[in-house]
Order: sequence, then structure tokens, then C-alpha cells
Amino acid sequence: MKELKTPISQEEIRQLHAGDAVLISGLALTGRDNALKYMVETLIEGPKPLATEDEQILRELKEVLAGGAIYHSGPIVKKQNGRWSFVSAGPTTSARAELYQDKVIAAFGLRVVIGKGGMGPRTLEACRQQGAVYLHAIGGAGVYNAARVTEVLDVIKEKEFGLPEAMWKIRLNKLMGIVTMDAHGRSLHRELAAAWDDRLAGLTGN
Amino acid sequence: MNLPANSDEILSDGRLQDALFELIKKTSSELPADVEKALLQARLAEEQGSTADIIIGIFLENIQAARSAQAPLCQDTGLPTFFIDHPRQFSTATLTKIIREAVCRATQEEILRHNAVDPVTGVNSGNNMGDGFPAIYFRETEKPVLEVSLLLKGGGSENVSTQYSLPYTALKAGRDLKGVRLVVLEAVAKAAGMGCPPGVLGICIGGDRSGGYGEAKRQLLRPLDDINPDPTLAEMEDSLLVKANLLGIGPLGLGGKTTLLGVKIGKLHRVPASFFVTISYMCWECRRRTLSWQQDGTYVIST
Repeated sequence: MKELKTPISQEEIRQLHAGDAVLISGLALTGRDNALKYMVETLIEGPKPLATEDEQILRELKEVLAGGAIYHSGPIVKKQNGRWSFVSAGPTTSARAELYQDKVIAAFGLRVVIGKGGMGPRTLEACRQQGAVYLHAIGGAGVYNAARVTEVLDVIKEKEFGLPEAMWKIRLNKLMGIVTMDAHGRSLHRELAAAWDDRLAGLTGN
Repeated sequence: MNLPANSDEILSDGRLQDALFELIKKTSSELPADVEKALLQARLAEEQGSTADIIIGIFLENIQAARSAQAPLCQDTGLPTFFIDHPRQFSTATLTKIIREAVCRATQEEILRHNAVDPVTGVNSGNNMGDGFPAIYFRETEKPVLEVSLLLKGGGSENVSTQYSLPYTALKAGRDLKGVRLVVLEAVAKAAGMGCPPGVLGICIGGDRSGGYGEAKRQLLRPLDDINPDPTLAEMEDSLLVKANLLGIGPLGLGGKTTLLGVKIGKLHRVPASFFVTISYMCWECRRRTLSWQQDGTYVIST
């Protein structure tokens, strides 16, 4: 099993190949539907100069995401004595982020996208060009994955996006995933889908 | 059993709310025994050390961890859906109120995720209350017992659920049971890894568009090892399970022999012009339980 710790260099990423099992540690950010839309439409492509709040968020995101990891996850969280923790936090379906993910990879120098279900050609191309990988985490394993989130450092847009869609700045300790899209243009999802499309044609006589 | 004409008092003394809270907690944190057993069997079918074997191993680890921590198996607790069979005397308005209170409490105690988002304003209500949220379906029954079934189904699997209108020319699927089989297999292939396979299919043949989705979801309440009383549907369930598992999609869509854990089929009469096939895709964490509540306040929750 290979290990990664953020911040991650492009060289480390290029050494990974589709099929590798990886344990990832270090700072990361959760981001899903609302968060990715906001990053692209406001922070990256929105009119400049940015509003003060957005400018501050941009600075904070740059620190976490440069050489870093984004986790497609909408956690169940708990606040005790003023401190947040993750109760259940597996990956969410990444396909919905296809419209935005490539731009976020390029703009922030993101190295790892953690999610489930795989992504499409835009993200695959961004992984190849920018030096990033898609890490497939274990879907449905909410408690298993939450146990690998050892610290919650901050929450961004908590009120506006709601708890599941807010951006949570977290520390990971050996979160497990499988590289299914690498920086060499290979996608296991594309290869597997071709195989089962053939089998579907066989089974349905089409 | 003799019931007072107005049973609000029986319902409202807090005991039913406590029982419903326990139903929600157990459904969210403990996978039904038949589903866990099916996963254990599925693992035996996979090659040792394969990706599928490793993934199912982590599934089982998560089941243990959630049970011992009494924490949600999956962070996505869906749009909590209640199917209720109630004796005549029970007020559905009162039952609705008590269910909503139990859902609010479960949300506060981190058993359900904040999941109710206003589609127009984008605001998350923060307590799982909203229009049609939670979903509650009532049926009056002759039985003296109140039965409340809860289904927790995440958005990933709901998104890949689908409805076909036969004939479906892309697959040369006609308006017959052969056509039904073809579109079901396509739905499984299209869902790929996005619905968190190995999944369970609830299927409705016939009905109108809304009725089909309702019945398909209701089919998911059936235990995996029950046998459909209709022999034609029983045969379809078995053969579709075998065929879908030949697709090779495997756990989480990363390849393997286990793509589905079960197929459950119901039917509704259709009008001559329509032939709908509705497929409700449930993820590997088929979270469903039934509370059977007697009017003396004693109750059991299904295993």
C-alpha cells in the first residue's frame, strides 16, 4: 500500500498508476456540489476584485488545496464543547462535479480528488495535464472513513451551504482509496465500463 | 382489541415517539441481518485479495464500527421514508406529528444528516423538515398493530433509479416481460458504480409514473431471502439477479462478481397505452427496518 501526505508534489503523483491502493494523510478540504460551484463561479471565474469575504476564503483555500486534496463528502458532524468532529463521512458520487473539477485542479494546483463512482473525460484530462489523481474511496463506509478524519480545523460557508455542503478543513490520517484515474491518462472507470457494456450487449442480444 | 374512538392519547404520551426514535437510530446504525449475511456470502464468491474482496472487507468493518458506535453507517441518510400500516382508529395527522418530532430529535442527535434543502432558495432547513420531507405513506389495516417501516436511501442510489416506458427501441425492448428484463439490465449497467453496488433493486412493472416509483421503493422493504408469491415474478427475480451479476460491475463499480444482492419485483395494473418499468436502486447499505407497535406500548423492531 502506497502512502501520500499533503502537500504532495507532482513527481509523487506521476509515480502513481491506476489500480494502486493508497493511504492519504495530511490537510484536506471537503467540497461537493455547492462548494465546487462556488469555487469556480465566484472565486475562479467571478468578477474581480472579489468581495472581502470571498478574498479571505480564497486565501484559505489556496493554503489547503495547493498540493492538496479535496474530498467529495457531505459529513454528519457533531459539535461538543465548541469543537467539531466527524461522525459519519464516506465519499459522495463524484460525477456531479465533472463540470467544475478540472478548473479547480488547475486553479489551485490540486493533486488528489477523493470521491466515489469516478469522473469523466474533463477531469481525466486535467489530471494528465496538471499532475493529479482521482482516488476512489470506499462508498457507504461512513464510520470507517470518519475515523480517519482526526481533526476538524475549520468550516467555511457553514450557514450558507448547510452542514453537508459546507467546506470542512480537516486532517486525514491514512484514509484508504484506490487510484482509479491517474496522471497518465488512464481511467479504470472507462476501461471497466467498456467491458460491461460488451457483456450487456451479449446478455440483451443487442 | 378495543380502541377508544380517538386514540390521540395513546399515541401522544411519548412512548411511541421513543419507539420511533429507536427505529430511526437502529435503521441508521445497524444493517439488517439478511443484508450483512448476503455481503458475507458475496465476499466468499470474490477472489481472495481482489479489489472486490478488499472492498467488501471494509464494508463489513464499517458495519461493525457503526453498530458498536451506534453511529450512522453512511453519512447520507437520504429522504427518510416511512411506510405505515395503521389501525383505523389512529389519526394520520397525529402520527405525522409524532414522526416529525422523532425525525427532528434524530437529526439533533447526529443520527440523520441535515438533508432537507429548499430547491428554490437553496437553504438547508437544518432539521430534516420540509415540503414532503420526511416522506410518509399511510395505509389503513384491519390488524390491531401499528407497523412503521423506515427506509433510509442515499441520494447517490436515488439518482440512478429510473423509469422506462416500453417499447424502448434502443434495446429493442418490447411491451412484454422480455422487454422488462432488458431494461432492468441496462439500468444496472448505467448505474455503474454511482449507486454504491452491490445494490438491491426494487422494481415495479406497470402502474402510472408516480405509482411505479412508489411501489418500486416499497419492494425494497422485502427481506432478501423471501420468495415472491407470484411464480412468474419469483423466476424473474432469480434470473435477473444471476444475469446482473454476470455484468462484472462489482462492488463500487470497480469490478467483481457481485453487482447486486437482490432483486424484488412488484406489479401494478397499467392502462393499455402505458407500460412502465420502474427501478428503484438501493445501495449495498440497504437500510430498512419495521417497528411493530402494540397499543399497550410494547413493540418490536425487525432484525
